[in-house]
Amino acid sequence: MSNIGVMGDPDERGHFGDFGGRFVPEALMPACLELEEAFRDAWADPSFINEYRTTLSQFVGRPTPVTPLPRLSEKLGLRLYAKREDLAHTGSHKINNVVGQTLLTRRMGKTRIIAETGAGQHGVATATGAARLGLACTVFMGEVDTVRQELNVFRMELLGARVVPVTSGSRTLKDAVNEAMREWVTCVADTHYCIGSVMGPHPFPWMVREFQSIIGIEAAAQLEELGAGTPDLVVACVGGGSNAAGIFAGFANSDARLIGVEAAGGAAVASGSPGVLHGMRSLLLQDEFGQIEEAHSMSAGLDYPGIGPEHAYLADSGRAEYFAVGDEEVLDAFSLLSESEGIIPALETAHALAWITREVGALIPRGATVLLNLSGRGDKDVAQVRQLLKGES
Amino acid sequence: MKSLEVTLRAVRENGRKALVPYFVAGATPDWVRHVEAAALGGADAIEIGIPFSDPMMDGVVIQEAGLRALQAGTTFESIGRQLTSIDTEVPLIAMTYYNIFLHYGLARSAGRLHEFGLSGAIVPDLSLEESDEWRTSCGEHDIATIFLVAPSTPAERIKEVARRSEGFLYASARMAVTGASSDQGDGARVVANVREASDLPVYVGIGITTPEQAATTAAVSDGVIVGSALVKVILNGASVHDVENFVRSFRDAIDTTFEV
Ligand SMILES: Cc1ncc(COP(=O)(O)O)c(C=O)c1O
Repeated sequence: MSNIGVMGDPDERGHFGDFGGRFVPEALMPACLELEEAFRDAWADPSFINEYRTTLSQFVGRPTPVTPLPRLSEKLGLRLYAKREDLAHTGSHKINNVVGQTLLTRRMGKTRIIAETGAGQHGVATATGAARLGLACTVFMGEVDTVRQELNVFRMELLGARVVPVTSGSRTLKDAVNEAMREWVTCVADTHYCIGSVMGPHPFPWMVREFQSIIGIEAAAQLEELGAGTPDLVVACVGGGSNAAGIFAGFANSDARLIGVEAAGGAAVASGSPGVLHGMRSLLLQDEFGQIEEAHSMSAGLDYPGIGPEHAYLADSGRAEYFAVGDEEVLDAFSLLSESEGIIPALETAHALAWITREVGALIPRGATVLLNLSGRGDKDVAQVRQLLKGES
Repeated sequence: MKSLEVTLRAVRENGRKALVPYFVAGATPDWVRHVEAAALGGADAIEIGIPFSDPMMDGVVIQEAGLRALQAGTTFESIGRQLTSIDTEVPLIAMTYYNIFLHYGLARSAGRLHEFGLSGAIVPDLSLEESDEWRTSCGEHDIATIFLVAPSTPAERIKEVARRSEGFLYASARMAVTGASSDQGDGARVVANVREASDLPVYVGIGITTPEQAATTAAVSDGVIVGSALVKVILNGASVHDVENFVRSFRDAIDTTFEV
């Protein structure tokens, strides 16, 4: 299982090509080194993998199905399939990573976990994982996001977590990461920082991708079973890039085109340049002086000015391609999937579908087999979408 | 040996404990006059913070100062321009996050630091492992690269870090970001660990808030760094004279204690 990832491992200092690495204050270096060692050890230990797998099946409800989307396929002239991460416990793929990292936390003998969250999905997942193992849990969330995703704040509190609103900077995901890092410095001896995407200092981008690769491994086998074979395209939305990395991992060695879709206001590949933030060298939105710019997206989970370093590498090497879509297209896609297939997607996920609907007949040949990573369900977004739709009419 | 290290070793050989105040460049319009005042007040070296949008190692006070500086349009270049008017012999050391230099170009940044009259650089998010290119660039322009060690740094690693650090070694007194603190922290232990590995001057920083704390810490190290406590006074509207008195209060406390 340690070698299941078909995207390669980074070098020993955590580099994917020119990207990745470990750019953290010295106070955190020992923790990063300890974590790397613990992860390498655990990921080669059949008993750890067994517990991870068992938890995914008994608690998370894996495997999540692959669902053919016949009505939408007909409308678009595609053979469209969805990998249903929305059906995972807590409603998104975020829980896969959390199961891995909470088990690792316990294995390292730490008793507390902290996390950042944007949309609240990673926060809810972390609070859930912590409750299950009896770990104390604190979640940092930008103040703007605590308003946008109010219900998820309450969910975390129900699960026994403390939610700390972050009031610095843009008060969104980027600032929540800063604050979590600052907190981690003070408590690193007994606390693990459960980063929610394929970002941060080594080993996080690699480790989170490994914990999410279950998505792609399952999906590849499920498409075979359905007789769909290898898809022509695999499409996923990208905030930091964990659901995309997870599903890409199952297809990296196939002929499938790998497509990541960013929010237009947070498109690190299209509009960013190389830089260092949050412990990693990657592509970032920044001004001419190297000051990080604020991302702007209606989707809290994609409101991030960077992208995971492996994605920067995949973009560089051409193995994956990245595109951006705007808020309006996303709202249309959100409604389209709801009405034509009876699945209300997360706003983040709707970005991936928006790209598909836009590019049929253009970048996507008609009749193509397309696998959409349905990274999460839209329950958390219903109130916001309602307001946006009302505002439009 | 870099010029900064020559100067700072001489401070120690003269039996003096170094006092290193920290300023956020551009936080107030008259920040350059503040730096001069600190020199008059008895500073042995001065850290010039170049503001960054995402200061991961800084607490609320320095975050606020950085925000004010950025809102006032402060850039690496504007800081350099303003520094050309400075009147002091005290060595100046840049402190900022890696992206500022990386984005500007490492070789170009090191060259500019030298032209601006700075002789060292502290980059807290640049780990030793990622620092080769930066150290090479600094080597060409007589910029000392100063590294940090923390209470969490194991002995083996302290050795590695100390071997690469130039000018002095920055010993973090506590597991925390910058900001006020009321206790002594772990500075003495960190310094003792460094002494086993290196004869580089060791200065203690992070959370040194009062002259008494500074004096106690100076007694077990080669010097102290005073950041947030000073920046807070400046954010509250300190005059040039106030800054000089503030620094002198630390100077006097250190010297009095040390002479005893
Ligand atoms: C449903 C869903 N999809 C995608 C994302 C974006 O994260 P990532 O790019 O790491 O998959 C989020 C983040 O909150 C999310 O909640």
